[in-house]
Amino acid sequence: MDDKEITINNLMMAYGDFVIQRDLEIDITKGEIFIIMGDSGSGKSTLLKHMIGLMRPAAGSISYRGKDFWASDPKTREAMTRQFGVLYQSGALWSSMTLAENVGLPLISYTDYSEKEIAELVSFKLSLVGLAGFEDFYPSEISGGMKKRAGLARAMALDPEILFFDEPSAGLDPISSKHLDDLIIQLRDGLGATIVIVTHELASIFAIGDRGVFVDADERRQTALGSIAELRKAPPTKKIAEFLSRGGTG
Amino acid sequence: MQSPVEIIDDVLHVTVPMAPLTKDDLIVQVAEALKTRRAKHIKYFFEDDAEWSSRTLAAIRVFNIAAQKFDVKSDYSAIPSGAAKILSLSKPPISDNAARSEPRPDIFESTASAAFDAWKVTRELGVFVRQSLGSFKRFFLGKAQYQRSDLLAFIQAVGPQALLIVSLVNILLGVILAFMGAVQLKQFGAEIYVANLVALGLTRDIAPMMTAIILAGRTGAAYAAQLGTMQVNEEIDALKTFGFSPMDFLVLPRMMALAIMMPLLVLYADAIGIFGGYLVGMSMLGIGAVEYIVQTQNAIGLTDISVGIVKGSIFGVLVAITGCMQGMRSGRSASAVGNAATSAVVSGIVSIIVATALFAFLTNALGI
Repeated sequence: MDDKEITINNLMMAYGDFVIQRDLEIDITKGEIFIIMGDSGSGKSTLLKHMIGLMRPAAGSISYRGKDFWASDPKTREAMTRQFGVLYQSGALWSSMTLAENVGLPLISYTDYSEKEIAELVSFKLSLVGLAGFEDFYPSEISGGMKKRAGLARAMALDPEILFFDEPSAGLDPISSKHLDDLIIQLRDGLGATIVIVTHELASIFAIGDRGVFVDADERRQTALGSIAELRKAPPTKKIAEFLSRGGTG
Repeated sequence: MQSPVEIIDDVLHVTVPMAPLTKDDLIVQVAEALKTRRAKHIKYFFEDDAEWSSRTLAAIRVFNIAAQKFDVKSDYSAIPSGAAKILSLSKPPISDNAARSEPRPDIFESTASAAFDAWKVTRELGVFVRQSLGSFKRFFLGKAQYQRSDLLAFIQAVGPQALLIVSLVNILLGVILAFMGAVQLKQFGAEIYVANLVALGLTRDIAPMMTAIILAGRTGAAYAAQLGTMQVNEEIDALKTFGFSPMDFLVLPRMMALAIMMPLLVLYADAIGIFGGYLVGMSMLGIGAVEYIVQTQNAIGLTDISVGIVKGSIFGVLVAITGCMQGMRSGRSASAVGNAATSAVVSGIVSIIVATALFAFLTNALGI
């Protein structure tokens, strides 16, 4: 086996008989920051939902370390998803629980740590995202950017091997979104986690992306796969050139 | 006059008339010219450069789609630049999803599809009930993952917090029943049987039904709205990716709360409703206090109260199922959450009344 963390073969995504993307061929190496790019309606977020096991592919396969996700039985799939940390677009914090309970719930359910140790771990994870002291706040009492960071703390609760981010900078001001980018790089360097990000924020793509895929809404296929620097230097299609230069053709 | 369609070298020249009446003719001519496969480009000319409109451009788009099939490229160099710009915005349809352009259904089709939807909802209901039975099984085996504090909070919301409205409605129902009965029974000098009417009517039928209807409006709608909002917020997705079953975590404690509290609420509703009847009997009909109580004791037995409680429990489960199911299948928008809450109340009340009718048949047939 090589060091491919995620391999996607011949993936077709569809809602009913409405095909969103077909023939996707993607490989993601361990420890890299991989960007899923695309124009609106191209199915970026749908691709992410397929990768984290919320939607079943219409055809093709998604494998983690060579193990086909959807061909596995539900028990194995559940164990595999536990290796994922997902940061949803809105944070998706459980609204009836405090931040500490949000971060703590996976720990209570899946580890046999003592209550005291879990409380310490929760405070530690919250302090990593700059939310030390907010343990007893409810999601409705904090700002959008804080919700996102708390969502990240929860995503990191079980020390996942792969972190998925759905539009991490959507709705954040430039400073917060820069902080989030720095945080993502530090997490990758510190934890050695593989990171998959859906975004169309150019600043983020250039600042943190190693490699990426471009899914095209009109072609309904991927039109590029490779290092971000290369794609920027020699964009394979006109649309990618425009995308990476904010509509200009340079 | 020069023909509007002619092939010069490998370029198909098409002169588009400004009156689109001849379009059908023209498309036949263009198609025939394309079939010769001599053209590599199709170049458009306007009869009158000043007169073009969207109708002209729409005609050109039809030609373009035909030309595309023969791999013939469009050339807009001879038409006004404004027209060319707008044409280049118009893209050919995506062939993958061409089948999606279904015609708008007529009245028969939409009736049929409504029936089909009803069938789909029934099937979803079957799946939902099966999943909740699985949750209950895991609950009794002690394997279900849910928060005990959630269960207590829901019990609190369903029970104690509903007492005021349950009291008000049921005491008034007792009063109404007593008045209705008194008017008729007075004619026979049988006012004392008001006690029987109130006690029997309330315990067997009216108290469980009305209490369940109150809960459908209060709790069923709340459940649908809560779960629907969680759907919008991706909270349910987040549960799934952590490997928590939304059925165990969200639906189970809500259903348990209703299943536990409903029998108690019905018992309470019986008592308070009979008290309402007693007030009318005492003050308006001149029945003595002891007389009324003894008459009530003779009128109802344990069977009647049990029938009411069993009914109430089943209604509670119905309210929980409709509320939770509508919430779980809610769409991901604010209006979808509103629809989910509305459908939860409507389907909750309908199912309560249907179940009441079924019970009436059943208890009659069994002689209970």
